[in-house]
Amino acid sequence: MSASSNNNNFSKGTDLAVILLYLIMVAIGIMCIFMVEYNPNLDWSNSFLTAKTNYSKQIYFAIFCGFVAIFILLIDSKLFTALANISYVLGILLMLATFILGKNINGSKSWIPIAGGFNLQPAELCKIFTALILAKFISKPETDFTKLKSHIVAGIMIALPAVLSIMQHEMGLALVYSAFIFAMYREGLPPVILVILLSFAILVIATLLLEPITLAIILTAIAGLFIASMLKRFKRNKNNILIVLAIWMVSFGTVRFAVPYIFNNVFECYQSTRIYSMIGKEYDCSMNKKSASSTMERKTKKPDDYNVKQSKIAIGSGGFWGRGFLKGTQTRGKYVPEQHTDFIFTSLGEAFGFVGTFTFLALYLFFLFRLIRIAERQRSTFSRVYAYSVVGIFFFHIAVNICMTIGLFPVVGIPLPLISYGGSSLLTFTALLFILLRLDADRQMVLR
Amino acid sequence: MSMYNSNRGGIIQIIVGVIFILITAQLISLQIFSSKYVLAANNNAIFRKIIYPDRGIIYDRKKRALLENTISYDLVVIPNEAKGVDTATLCDILKIDKAAYSKRIIDVIIKNSRVKSGIFEAFLSAELYAQLTENLYRFPGFSLSERSIRSYPYNTAAHVLGYVAEVDVNFLQKHGDEGYEMGDYAGMTGLEKQYESILMGQRGVNRYLRDNKGKIQGPFEKGQFDTVAIAGRNLFTSMDVEVQQLAEKLLQHKIGSVVALNPKTGSVIAMASSPGYNPNLLTGNQRRKTIGRLLTDTARPIYNRAIKGQYPPGSTFKPMGALIALDEGLITPSFGYNCFGLYTSCGDPRKCEHHNAGHAANLQLALANSCNSYFLQVFRMAIDNPKYHNAKQGYLKWKQYMNSFGLGRKLGIDLPSENRASIPDTAQYNKDFGGAKYWNSCYMLTLGIGQDRMTATPLQLANAMAFIANKGYYYTPHFIDSVEEEDELDKKLLQNFRVKQEVTKIPTEYFDIIKEGMHDVTVYGTAAFIKVPGHEFCAKTGTAQNPHGKNHSLFVCFAPKDNPKIAVAVIVENAGFGATWAGPIAGLVIEKYLNDTLTKESKTKVDYLSNVDLMPAAIKAWYVRNNKTEMLTPIEYNNYELADIWDMEMLSETAPVAAKIDTIKKLDTAAAPVQPIVPPNKNKKLKENALNPTLKKKKVTSKKNNVSI
Repeated sequence: MSASSNNNNFSKGTDLAVILLYLIMVAIGIMCIFMVEYNPNLDWSNSFLTAKTNYSKQIYFAIFCGFVAIFILLIDSKLFTALANISYVLGILLMLATFILGKNINGSKSWIPIAGGFNLQPAELCKIFTALILAKFISKPETDFTKLKSHIVAGIMIALPAVLSIMQHEMGLALVYSAFIFAMYREGLPPVILVILLSFAILVIATLLLEPITLAIILTAIAGLFIASMLKRFKRNKNNILIVLAIWMVSFGTVRFAVPYIFNNVFECYQSTRIYSMIGKEYDCSMNKKSASSTMERKTKKPDDYNVKQSKIAIGSGGFWGRGFLKGTQTRGKYVPEQHTDFIFTSLGEAFGFVGTFTFLALYLFFLFRLIRIAERQRSTFSRVYAYSVVGIFFFHIAVNICMTIGLFPVVGIPLPLISYGGSSLLTFTALLFILLRLDADRQMVLR
Repeated sequence: MSMYNSNRGGIIQIIVGVIFILITAQLISLQIFSSKYVLAANNNAIFRKIIYPDRGIIYDRKKRALLENTISYDLVVIPNEAKGVDTATLCDILKIDKAAYSKRIIDVIIKNSRVKSGIFEAFLSAELYAQLTENLYRFPGFSLSERSIRSYPYNTAAHVLGYVAEVDVNFLQKHGDEGYEMGDYAGMTGLEKQYESILMGQRGVNRYLRDNKGKIQGPFEKGQFDTVAIAGRNLFTSMDVEVQQLAEKLLQHKIGSVVALNPKTGSVIAMASSPGYNPNLLTGNQRRKTIGRLLTDTARPIYNRAIKGQYPPGSTFKPMGALIALDEGLITPSFGYNCFGLYTSCGDPRKCEHHNAGHAANLQLALANSCNSYFLQVFRMAIDNPKYHNAKQGYLKWKQYMNSFGLGRKLGIDLPSENRASIPDTAQYNKDFGGAKYWNSCYMLTLGIGQDRMTATPLQLANAMAFIANKGYYYTPHFIDSVEEEDELDKKLLQNFRVKQEVTKIPTEYFDIIKEGMHDVTVYGTAAFIKVPGHEFCAKTGTAQNPHGKNHSLFVCFAPKDNPKIAVAVIVENAGFGATWAGPIAGLVIEKYLNDTLTKESKTKVDYLSNVDLMPAAIKAWYVRNNKTEMLTPIEYNNYELADIWDMEMLSETAPVAAKIDTIKKLDTAAAPVQPIVPPNKNKKLKENALNPTLKKKKVTSKKNNVSI
């Protein structure tokens, strides 16, 4: 039943809508990068194919990705299940190799230089491999994903590259691995875990926002109300009261010890500062253990909320209709740092305003829903898990990237899929997507 | 196996949807409901550049530009781009060393940051400009930027024209609503200040897009929001550059002033004040060097003596005194006074220069001979006029005449800070003598010969001459006759200069008598030896006593006698007789104006007069004491030729004339004795004598003193 390479079968079963959306997104991406780099004093028509500018490089990346996409569509879909384990191991080895071969780009040592001045970021590729191995693991007949043991094994598979990413100072990439929670949830992870994680997140935010005493009163009040309202049930089972009290104590521990510990000892100073600046507070770097030695060098840099401020100005100044194509003053003046990569959304927001950003979001929402539909129509667990992993990764990237440009999330280095400049990123998303499309084309098959 | 979880796909869709709604909500708030981001973006990215229009030009009566605009070049540098500069060559051209080079670069960085261009050397000379353009390719990051500065092609009329300078905080406070900004230039004195609103034009604003480092990317929206700069409008005067230059040249080495008016219009033909300065020295890079020196100079070269100097008019006042007496009917033209060289009616005898009998047998004779006794008597008659019952009333009437002649009050010339000089008030005499009833005409007797508390500015004296020349009226003296493209506002501004000022009702025949008398002054009187080839003229000499030293030499006149075209007042401070110094100067000015050229004889006279040194010794001594001997070098006038602005740079470096130094030395030894020069061999001996270091030190200082002379 292997997919032959003849033309008739090539496009058969492949989801053309997704391919179309993919092409539109890549085109928008190149346009945005062009807007960022456009200089009216230079003749841009010549530089389109010289590979000296970022947009022209991105075109070459896109062409290369096109070949990769075709290649993937030609591969037998069984190959993905077969290679899942070995590719994961390879990916982890590559990540370990960065500690030796790594090249320092923008303060993170996560790149391996390859021929022609290009650099490869193994952590990016590891997303695909992790998605594959997770799919492989869950789809195994002996795995019962309702059991805690399976959850822990899956968790370790996901956590390993994430931890390596943190060690490479790539907080953003590490966070992406939390996107696999979608796939795990879909396959049977109890919702309680989601609730607990959400509560924890709310608790952390509340810790930052509120005074400790206020928060303590609120927590105690909630616990008291909870016990009072359910007094009858608690009479039947005394253990329940203990559970509530335990939760109450854990919450206190989080507020009093865990959160300060995370901010002062786990995060780097700039990360803590970024999170604090999100809620409009200032973080005192002298409390941070990690940056105690490096405070001097940071002082000369621009304030940490500079990026977000400029990004919000650029998007906000777009207004309803936008300033027009190539007319964005903030984009032309290069006010937003890293605008061609992580902050590419700002050029879109400034040039095309709310109309542009809303259309763009709608396009992406449609894209994600389409992927979810694809995921749900899979008969094979492997394909479905993989599909949900892709949905999760795409969604996480889009949500976090856009949220950070509009000030809803601290700044972490996460690119906007298919739009941001960067070969590694484009290649990863292309591979992710087209493996899914390849699997989807064979959706009638039950893969192992 | 896990199909039972299929509802979870829906939940995932809901989560995705909710997050997207959240993002959309934030986008709505940012892009639709917050206007502050547009403002912030404009603040970030739009750079407003003020375009300064060319200032208006001021022309003389033959449409020669008294001042105009020149392009000056600055050497600017963008520190970040200044890499691989051939510093050795650059330092060589600018005559600085490498330390100075790095210091200037650092200064630019401090002022304008690394990425913006800042001025490395301002106001390059023509020579430097040429050298730098040739070698500019060796200095990456450096470029030449032009700016418009004032230049004065005739090096003349500095006091009248005034200067422009960068506005300061005080100025901005005073002119808060006139749209000036820091860095603007505005007229600070003279006509530049008086007509600032016309000369400055209207600034334009260009909007540019700039990047995060402040670099300009190009015009914003193709310049559709830019406003155009409107050039300042030109002003037209009746001044004559050549007469002005002549007047200034004649006042060289003297302290004094020359004012020449056209009596028919009140227009100023020439107004010179000495010591002066070359106006080009207050433009460009000369300014910083010059202004301090000018401000501290004891002879006050910035001070416009023509409108601010207060001098006792002396005998030049006599025609006015006679007019009052005639008008009041106190005397007739045939009134005579028997003067034998002394006026004794008030006890203390007053001297008259003449004692031959009959030198004051009538008004005409008295004027021609400038008889003191005659005019003292006439003054007393005016004050003690029986018509007004007492001396106080008589004096008030007299003062009223004075004021209507334009004395003792501001004339309203179009220059800032004109002085009213002084015709004393009765209150002052009441105070002096302890009450109105305690004084009479004898107490201020010498007012009758233009002394006592009476003072006048040279401008007022020239105007009084115009008044007599016109037989009873004058036009407010002014420089600006018309403005280019005159509008209603300008007309209003100049209105006052176009109205005849006719405040007295003195019959013209009295003026005729005075005119005849003043004519006689030039025929056989005190100014008989002063001639204007081809023209009869009327004049009055004056030799005013003053408490500050030697008499001031004064001379007032108008010419030609019939149909006067020019009225002149000349004052040379502490020079002696009016006829000796002020008279010839006035004569030459008239000749130049009426004939447009000078005879050969007159030219020799000009050369002689311009080289006569009448500077008070005290001032010269001050220069020597303060090591400012360069001030004794007069301004070089390129005799009626257009001077290149760049020449002026050389001027300040000209060494003082050797001959001059000798006289100064003599003067200085007289005024402030300095230690004698230590001969070199003696000094050598002292050097060998290391046992007495204090003595050695003293001698060395004294040597330094002498060298600096």
